[in-house]
Amino acid sequence: MVESIVRGFFERVGRGVTARMWQLGYGARFLFYLVLHSGTALRRFRITLREVYYAGVLSLVIILVSGLFVGMVLGLQGYETLQRFGASESLGVLVALSLVRELGPVVAGLLFASRAGSAITAEIGLMKATEQISAMEMMAVDPIARVVAPRFWGGVISMPLLAALFSAMGIFGGYIVGVELIGIDRGAFWSQMQAAVDVREDILNGVIKSVVFGLAVSWIAVFEGYDAAPTAEGVSRATTRTVVTSSLAILALDFVLTALMFTGGNAR
Amino acid sequence: MNRSTIDLWVGLFVAAGFGALLFLALKVGNLATFTTNESYQVQAKFANIGGLKIRAPVKSAGVVVGRVAGIHFDTETYEAIVTMYVDGRYKFPRDTSAKVLTSGLLGEQYVGLEAGGDGMMLKNGDRLRLTQSAVVLENLIGQFLYNKAAEGAEGKDKK
Repeated sequence: MVESIVRGFFERVGRGVTARMWQLGYGARFLFYLVLHSGTALRRFRITLREVYYAGVLSLVIILVSGLFVGMVLGLQGYETLQRFGASESLGVLVALSLVRELGPVVAGLLFASRAGSAITAEIGLMKATEQISAMEMMAVDPIARVVAPRFWGGVISMPLLAALFSAMGIFGGYIVGVELIGIDRGAFWSQMQAAVDVREDILNGVIKSVVFGLAVSWIAVFEGYDAAPTAEGVSRATTRTVVTSSLAILALDFVLTALMFTGGNAR
Repeated sequence: MNRSTIDLWVGLFVAAGFGALLFLALKVGNLATFTTNESYQVQAKFANIGGLKIRAPVKSAGVVVGRVAGIHFDTETYEAIVTMYVDGRYKFPRDTSAKVLTSGLLGEQYVGLEAGGDGMMLKNGDRLRLTQSAVVLENLIGQFLYNKAAEGAEGKDKK
């Protein structure tokens, strides 16, 4: 009795790990093939442009509104703490650094994964379930080049722009709360921010983060869609997996990138 | 579906995205102006640099004229060697003195340059002779207590 439970447990763990490894290898091969065959997507740029519209432009509202609110919350919370030390003028620094370094890329990435990534997965999964992908293969059209690659590159192009818009909007939100509502000096808000934020160290690193997140989310989204079981249940599961996996990937990658980027300078 | 409207939206989106990046770089980050200018390197030895960090500003009369490029420890004299880049637009006399100062009570530390009266100007690779170390709060308090104690002892002697 006990033996069978223990054996069942290990069997399940083993099967799970094997499946993950298998999927990871398949996913890596898929990415390689995808990059190799993205010539069409880049040459007929209009197809990719269409995907930039669906992944980027349609995500604008949620990105801009959440950016504004995140910045406003940062402004309020930061002011509460900073004014205790008489450093409320540094609010601009706090808002700008936390947005540009972390919150901009990460929150925009999470929103992008749930808004655009899930849509990409569902679309590709449904195309597979309704056998449109097989039909394309039948007509000697490579579905990876025609369907998958444009969506991938559309996501990769959109994500850094969305993250930059998120950060800019958040700083604007912090400005509204800090300067317009609370009444911090406008000059001090901007000048302290400009003195503390470094273009290469902070902004460029933030952009690199958002590019990496864009690659990861788009890859996961198209792969899960392409790998989905061609049933209604399979598509729904794949969509869920996209959101969960890309959120985890964003947070894990964020830790790795932060460790690489922001500790090197101080360790010297 | 009307293709031209999509193109317009994508164009607006990309323009807004690059606009946001530009805003971040120029308005928020204040794209460092004198990394592109010619600059020259000067070194200074300090007995103690306190909390000075790499990339800390070098100021003269309150104006940022350069950045700290490197901090090393000299094992022969047991002093700190601070390397800094000074903007080529600003020339300083050779007998300029350097101090490690603090902006505000709890602010970051920076190197303050005070121009001397020498006719010769600093060249790339020169070393500043006159330096003053950072003020370490513990030493200051220790000195104060010592002075107080000494005063107290004198007062007793007089009575």
